[in-house]
Amino acid sequence: MSLQMISVILGSLTIASGLMVVLSKHPIRSVIYLVITFFFISAMYILMNAQFLAIVNMIVYAGAIMVLFLFVLMLLNLNKEMEPETSRMSLITAVIAGGTLFLVMITALRDTFQYGKGYVQVPVQDAGLVEKLGKLLFSKYLVPFEISSILFIAAMVGAVLLAKREKQIID
Amino acid sequence: MEQLNNIGASLDFYIFVSIALFSIGAIGVLTRKNMIVLLMCIELMLNAVNLLLVTFSTFFGNGEAQIFVFFIIVVAAAEATIGLSILIMAYRNSKSIDIEMFNKLNG
Repeated sequence: MSLQMISVILGSLTIASGLMVVLSKHPIRSVIYLVITFFFISAMYILMNAQFLAIVNMIVYAGAIMVLFLFVLMLLNLNKEMEPETSRMSLITAVIAGGTLFLVMITALRDTFQYGKGYVQVPVQDAGLVEKLGKLLFSKYLVPFEISSILFIAAMVGAVLLAKREKQIID
Repeated sequence: MEQLNNIGASLDFYIFVSIALFSIGAIGVLTRKNMIVLLMCIELMLNAVNLLLVTFSTFFGNGEAQIFVFFIIVVAAAEATIGLSILIMAYRNSKSIDIEMFNKLNG
């Protein structure tokens, strides 16, 4: 099996599991399909030799963020009656809008497709290796990196403050 | 002779996959009423953008796009945390995760 075959299968599986995220009725199934989609996207990163991002995607997205979603889903203790219904009218409108978005973007990037024809084989790229990315991250992008840590502290404090249970008033 | 590395498919294939994922995420945001699934569709759209950035980064041999993907992942993690805590608070107040509940905010 050639590498091209593998990547085509990988791409169609990614799109299929992405569709299942939207289509499945149960939120927990949506989470599981989203995790599967993230693993396929990580596999694509490995195909493109972006090793660092493949690992980060697996650990942070499929590991941390999705576990957070699952935790919240389990905490809320939802049942089937609480699943909100979508009206048929809004469904049709949304599908038309999304399909138009897809067509417009494909048409807009048609010139890029022509350009990309000769690029099936590209020179060996070591841009995605940890060494190169680390040097870039800690020299040119040092300030944004530090600012992102402040963002994380703000998000953490905000999350604790928002989700804290308010004190019961006992009279 | 330059050493060549086969990355599987051509540029247009990866662009197609990422645009398809983005559109699927957009359709999900427009159709689903469940707030958690809505947040997940936003994550799907963010991942489509990440895939496009990594594709172009690989094709042009420039690592800076991958730094941006790293920052997008950072911001997405913060966004998911805040979104989910707002969701928990909203659920506590109204016992519902229907996004229509926020219509009450317009007074």
